[in-house]
Amino acid sequence: MKLKNSVAISDSGFIFNAATGDSFTTNDTGRFLLSLLKEGHDEVSELVERMIDHYEVERELAEKDVLDFLSLLQQWHLLDR
Amino acid sequence: MKTHVTVAVTGLNATDNPGPGVPVIRALRESTHLSDLRIVGLVYEHLEPGIFMRHLVDKVYTLPLPSLGTDALLARLQYIHERENIDVLIPNYDAELPNFIHLQERLSRMGINTLLPSSDQFERRQKYQLPELAQQVDVATPATATARTLAELGHALARTGYPAMIKGRFYEAYLARSYEEALGWFYKLTAKWGVPVIVQQHIQGTELNVTALGDGTGRLIGAVPTRKTYITNMGKGWAGVAIEDDEIIELTRRIVRELKWPGGMEVELLRDQRDDTLYLIELNPRFPAWVYFAHGCGQNHPEALVRIAMGQQVEPFDDYHKGKMFVRYSWDMVCDLKDFEKISTTGEL
Repeated sequence: MKLKNSVAISDSGFIFNAATGDSFTTNDTGRFLLSLLKEGHDEVSELVERMIDHYEVERELAEKDVLDFLSLLQQWHLLDR
Repeated sequence: MKTHVTVAVTGLNATDNPGPGVPVIRALRESTHLSDLRIVGLVYEHLEPGIFMRHLVDKVYTLPLPSLGTDALLARLQYIHERENIDVLIPNYDAELPNFIHLQERLSRMGINTLLPSSDQFERRQKYQLPELAQQVDVATPATATARTLAELGHALARTGYPAMIKGRFYEAYLARSYEEALGWFYKLTAKWGVPVIVQQHIQGTELNVTALGDGTGRLIGAVPTRKTYITNMGKGWAGVAIEDDEIIELTRRIVRELKWPGGMEVELLRDQRDDTLYLIELNPRFPAWVYFAHGCGQNHPEALVRIAMGQQVEPFDDYHKGKMFVRYSWDMVCDLKDFEKISTTGEL
């Protein structure tokens, strides 16, 4: 579950895939997760732990949010297969 | 090195289906190598918007329509050359290129430099020759057939299936979902552009385009791949973004090497949305109308073309700004009727 090298993320939550020209916007939570992926933290369990620490949310909710977001990134072709 | 250069440019129809002339001139005007530049616009119609862009074009002359043949064109160019002493001529329309290609040696003897393909090179990238070229450069291309008659149209559609793209010999392409639709486009396109029409399998995917420049030895001088992000109902890209795609750059390099292409070129590609396969759709034998964007990305292709045509040594560009985007707009110019009167009555402005 690695973010493609061609994906750039700005502080405003703007995402640009230089390989396809696709662009997206995301909210603060999405930007938080993308920054972790960009830094190479790509284990689901680690992303969930970071979500719990950062946002002080229930584990169940953090897991659901992380999996939903990764599924969205997959759908947008932003992850390496 | 000569810095005073006169460049003649065609394709000043900056309309909603724009020609490349005005973008070529804009890129030349921002050249860092050609400091003392005179631009001569060559036009076929009196309302080509570039005629009235006096800040870009120093002088304008009308040309005889391509259908009048090479003798009429040569006579007109001799007249213009006596007055302007043209160093380089850049034709920008597909339909006029055969005449200029035919005349390129004569023009060279007159002192007018061009960077144009030979007739053979021009023919090898024609739409109906594309499957053979695609095989030579190792890229997929949609099933393609030509049709000069209704019987041939039926055979071609049997090969491609539906939906199919029905394309004019020089310009325009329409989607046909049935034989009846294909028949309508066949009549429309043959009436406008003659035969054959090209029937091509329709691929669903993302349109990707490259503006490229070859120096005629097989060397790729520059290439900027772009994805259209806004397409008008005429199928024209009204916005686009420069993308990073090594596969496309390498394919462009193989095409330019295989054809030993001299001059500007636009490579039209589709990436299949089902499996990411890259398909070669068309090879246009001149710069695209968005060529100014290549300059915006760090590769001034028109400037490099002029320098190569004048025999200067030009090194290939090795990079471009990925993630730059362009957005077109339309602009109402307020013009003096006297200018229109002058170009209409004297053929010069």
